[in-house]
Amino acid sequence: MDYFLTEEQEMLKELCEQIAREKILPMREELDESGEFPWEIVKVLAESDIYGIYIPEEYGGFGGGAFEMCIATEELSKVCGGISLAFAASALGAYPILLFGSDEQKKKYLAPLASGEKLAAFALTEANAGSDVGAIETRAELDGDEYVINGTKQWITNGGVADIYSVIVRTKKSTGVRGISALIVEKDTPGFTFGKKENKMGIRASTTRELIFQDCRVPKENLLGREGTGFIVAMRTFDKSRPGVAAQAVGIAQGAFDEAVKYARQREQFGKPIASFQGIQFMLADMATQIEAARALVYAAARMVDSGASDVGKNSAMAKVFASDVAMKVTVDAVQILGGYGYMKEYPVEKMMRDAKITQIYEGTNQIQRSIIASAVIKDSAAKERKGK
Amino acid sequence: MNILVLIKQVPDTTDVRIDRETNTLIREGVPSIINPFDMYAIEEGLRLRESAGSGTVTVMSMGPPQVEGALREALALGVDDAILLSDRAFAGSDTWATSYTLAAGIRKRGAFDIVLCGKQAIDGDTAQVGPGVAKLLGIPQVAYVRKLTLDGARCTAERMMEDGSDVLDVPLPALFTVVKEINEPRLPSLKGKMKAKKAEITVWGVSDLDVDDREIGLDGSPTRVMTIFAPELRKNGIVFEGEVDETVALLVKELVPVLKAEI
Repeated sequence: MDYFLTEEQEMLKELCEQIAREKILPMREELDESGEFPWEIVKVLAESDIYGIYIPEEYGGFGGGAFEMCIATEELSKVCGGISLAFAASALGAYPILLFGSDEQKKKYLAPLASGEKLAAFALTEANAGSDVGAIETRAELDGDEYVINGTKQWITNGGVADIYSVIVRTKKSTGVRGISALIVEKDTPGFTFGKKENKMGIRASTTRELIFQDCRVPKENLLGREGTGFIVAMRTFDKSRPGVAAQAVGIAQGAFDEAVKYARQREQFGKPIASFQGIQFMLADMATQIEAARALVYAAARMVDSGASDVGKNSAMAKVFASDVAMKVTVDAVQILGGYGYMKEYPVEKMMRDAKITQIYEGTNQIQRSIIASAVIKDSAAKERKGK
Repeated sequence: MNILVLIKQVPDTTDVRIDRETNTLIREGVPSIINPFDMYAIEEGLRLRESAGSGTVTVMSMGPPQVEGALREALALGVDDAILLSDRAFAGSDTWATSYTLAAGIRKRGAFDIVLCGKQAIDGDTAQVGPGVAKLLGIPQVAYVRKLTLDGARCTAERMMEDGSDVLDVPLPALFTVVKEINEPRLPSLKGKMKAKKAEITVWGVSDLDVDDREIGLDGSPTRVMTIFAPELRKNGIVFEGEVDETVALLVKELVPVLKAEI
């Protein structure tokens, strides 16, 4: 399908496709096995200006938006959904600064992120808080000109490899989301250390670690927005970043689908390629249709985000939930089409199936996405009724 | 440090198909790329410019107008400017006429310190144009270079040999053809690609160059291709296994009738 990309967007797509083919493909199996962070790829992406695509030109970026993020993330994810995250997770960490940072904060932090010289991470989840943001326990108390942070963040993508962390903390003891704020914490700040590195099912080339804060002091200028706006920071960040996760899902699905079609054309049973059997053909047709529908929804949501529309939460959530469910289904079917070979590590589809699963879980589980969608549609209906009266 | 890199656009395949009627390469349906060995030459040019701290890298190619695509690819990598030698009169050039035309282009371009080429093109595989250009320009040349180190007006070149390597101290200007061991070519950047899209490419034809009409194109090419064919696959050898005495005896037994038949 033609999505009417601009010349610049076509160039970005072409470049990311080249990086994926020439640099990521030869490494993906090894990095999936070892769980090593893809520093070499980070360097390539940085030198190719990819880290700056969503950052405004005045802060050293390329001036694109969520749509450009989607194009890049999708292309990289077609080959490896884990390595692509080394790129996409940095954007997730940068969005709070981009959206709520002061001009000074933006100048200081966005330029090295745009050049890829530094990576960012976003830290919200804790052992007892994730979907329920109001339950976070990591405390930040103001002491003179500094915040003193204590607590542990869990499952933080780019944890340990990132230099700049957007951390959601509790600044008021009062329960609920109103006591929450967002702080920028730099790596190597005394009192800020990293816990165990997680051993994951998929996206294994992406590093996931605990962040541990013990009397970690950061200047109060590191506060993003105002105190008590942490929940808004997190939600607006997700509104912007969810199309990116959805694009990762579309990429993984497309990668698995391409492998499945190729295999079905080559594999012969009963003296014919299995692609000639209707049982396989209908599977392929459904997979292709689902992927295209997901892509169309993701691109539409990303374009809406970039239009500056205020009410994008529902659409971002729809894109994320639909694309990730498609990715899971398509990758499972791809393994099925490859049969026994699909189950073996010699073929990439079992990895794609493992990688796909996380897209239904992180940046808000698909159940949370459905809650967001449901509450938006119910509110809309009530508002219409009020107007009608 | 002014560096000139000579590149060639080639079909993207090492398994080229041949038109049996005309004995020429079938180019239709085959995408074109920069000759892979030339990518190492471009990278080396960029690295030498970076290590010198100043100067320019210019790419030059001879060919039909579509070679502009290859030159833009080079510009996206960070090359400063690109020159295309293109004219109907250049068509049908063999390595002799190509070297002659490129040398004329380089003379017109003027001041340069280093000319770089890939060791050979993957379509013709002759490895003649680089050395041919150096001869016509009257400058030193080193082929199969795997390491280049700048030292003022001289350059140290490590030449790859079958049994090791030669280290040569070369006065500049000079021409070097490079092997893939020399570096790892970079990928383009987004900004580079955008700049390349808009860049002006200089195109020189016959009237722009100081060339003798009899030395260019098909007329200037002494090479005549009689026939092109895929070589027949060699049959597998025979392996004699066992004790040395026995196997030598077996070998002699096999060889004698063959040698007799040859005589």
